[in-house]
Amino acid sequence: MWNPIEGAPREELEKLQAKRLRDTVERVYHLVPFYKKKFDELGIKPAHINSVNDLKNLPFTTKQDLRDHYPFGLFTVPMDQVVRIHSSSGTTGKPTVVGYTRHDMGVWKEVMARTMSMMNVGPGDVVHNAYGYGLFTGGLGFHYGAEEVGAAVVPSSGGFTKRQLLLMKDFGATVLCSTPSFALHLAEVAKDEGYDLKKDFKIRAGFFGAEPASEGLRSALRDAWGLVYIEAYGLSEIIGPGVASGCPYGNLHVFEDHFIPEVIDTETGEVLPDGQEGELVFTTVTKQALPIIRYRTKDITVLHREPCECGRTITVMESVKGRADDMLIVNGVNVFPSQVEHVLTKLEGITPNYVIVLDKKGVLDKLEVWVEVDDRTFADGIGALETLKTRLQQEMLNDLYINVRVKLVEPKTLERSMGKAKRIIDKREAEGLKS
Amino acid sequence: MIRKYGIKQLSIFLENRKGRLLEVTEALKDASINIRALALAESAEFGILRLVVNNPEKARSVLSSSGFTLKEQDVFAVEVPDEPGGFYNVVRILTENDINVDYTYAFVGGGKKAVLIFKVPSEMVEKALDVLSQGGITLVEPMFFYD
Repeated sequence: MWNPIEGAPREELEKLQAKRLRDTVERVYHLVPFYKKKFDELGIKPAHINSVNDLKNLPFTTKQDLRDHYPFGLFTVPMDQVVRIHSSSGTTGKPTVVGYTRHDMGVWKEVMARTMSMMNVGPGDVVHNAYGYGLFTGGLGFHYGAEEVGAAVVPSSGGFTKRQLLLMKDFGATVLCSTPSFALHLAEVAKDEGYDLKKDFKIRAGFFGAEPASEGLRSALRDAWGLVYIEAYGLSEIIGPGVASGCPYGNLHVFEDHFIPEVIDTETGEVLPDGQEGELVFTTVTKQALPIIRYRTKDITVLHREPCECGRTITVMESVKGRADDMLIVNGVNVFPSQVEHVLTKLEGITPNYVIVLDKKGVLDKLEVWVEVDDRTFADGIGALETLKTRLQQEMLNDLYINVRVKLVEPKTLERSMGKAKRIIDKREAEGLKS
Repeated sequence: MIRKYGIKQLSIFLENRKGRLLEVTEALKDASINIRALALAESAEFGILRLVVNNPEKARSVLSSSGFTLKEQDVFAVEVPDEPGGFYNVVRILTENDINVDYTYAFVGGGKKAVLIFKVPSEMVEKALDVLSQGGITLVEPMFFYD
């Protein structure tokens, strides 16, 4: 255990949470007009918040709120105290922006060090980090965590599968950090390349997150690499990876001395008791640059507060069961259908009929957008149509941060092939590994 | 010149999907429409079927109501001797006058003649007709194709 607080008696933990919550509420009330207005509307003063129990009286914050205050409107520090900015693609056009002070970076390193410590990763370990580096928080989050515990990090980022395998073997990687589907892809390519996974590689632990993984996929990874599967959970709005981490007993522990979890009824907003399924909500209580009150993750899960065999007393969340909105996860990247529509509208001034098709290419996800060519968009030239397709693909990459394959189709193609009009066709579960 | 020699070609967007060409031709057959000239351009995923028919208005309404994406496109046709150099003479005149050809297709007519259909950028059509006519090329009137 990296920090004894993870296994502290619950009274002690809740006392700490209450103090930090009070500080955070004071902070946002006095420094962010958005929160002051919301609190005032509900007649809440910071002095009314004395314990974690009072959390339920506070207003929610949504992704739309972040978007409405783009880019820095919810920050509580002047920009000269911000040392890092990350961003993820937004729901329509504008990205979601998050910032960190030096103190926040310390919080992030701390929770990522706790994650790494779930498998006693430390000096002597070689951590192969295949999460994407860049604006996405995955790559740098794991990077800092591995450095914090004294391991050697190989910042390989995504792509270049064969080269990654070479480096993993030659550098003697002991820990793999990636999306679960990329880890399986690595295993399959390794087999094709003639590697013997268990002889040629020394991977003992894998930290897998950013996308849902079925039990089938998890056991396939355990079997292929001979590793212990550790689930990583996080979202950039809260801090990035490091919001919760799996332990070797398979329980996903929320680092709730920094991020207080609640589960609510997604329709009514009522807090649900432990053991009941609902939407996960987080309140950050130690962050400076972008503290966030009752952020609605839209992730559906269940919370448990019984102590774990690993010795931790902090709250356990079940693996995310689904979404309360229409967000899609494509190779670990979050995509909203509204973003696709936004690109189509922006480009042509008209919204052609379209369908989003998610499928597997090998073990990895691929996203296709089938755009119907109607009399308004049809130009009598192969070149003009190819140009339209290429432009759409470039705009999607720019707005969605992922490669999208655009396919031009005739009107009513989808009704014909799928039976009825539907905006999203997800073929991944039907053909992929099942739990 | 355009008014006199402009020909209404129908361009139809087709996915590369089994049976799709059959469906177009079947719709035309059922409406008793005769195809006078055709060309099919293709890419990896889709194609464009270009047709000159005996009754473009009727063909257009039949295909539209059958759910095809289509566009009416102005093209023009010339008649050349069906012998070596026939096509060359036309292309030479267009090239000398800096007129780019978007696409062209041809068929053999009766009496040792060949008919060539041309699509050039719309702002160049008038000029193309002028220079071809001045260069001694026979322009073909739409009535040759239509009923």
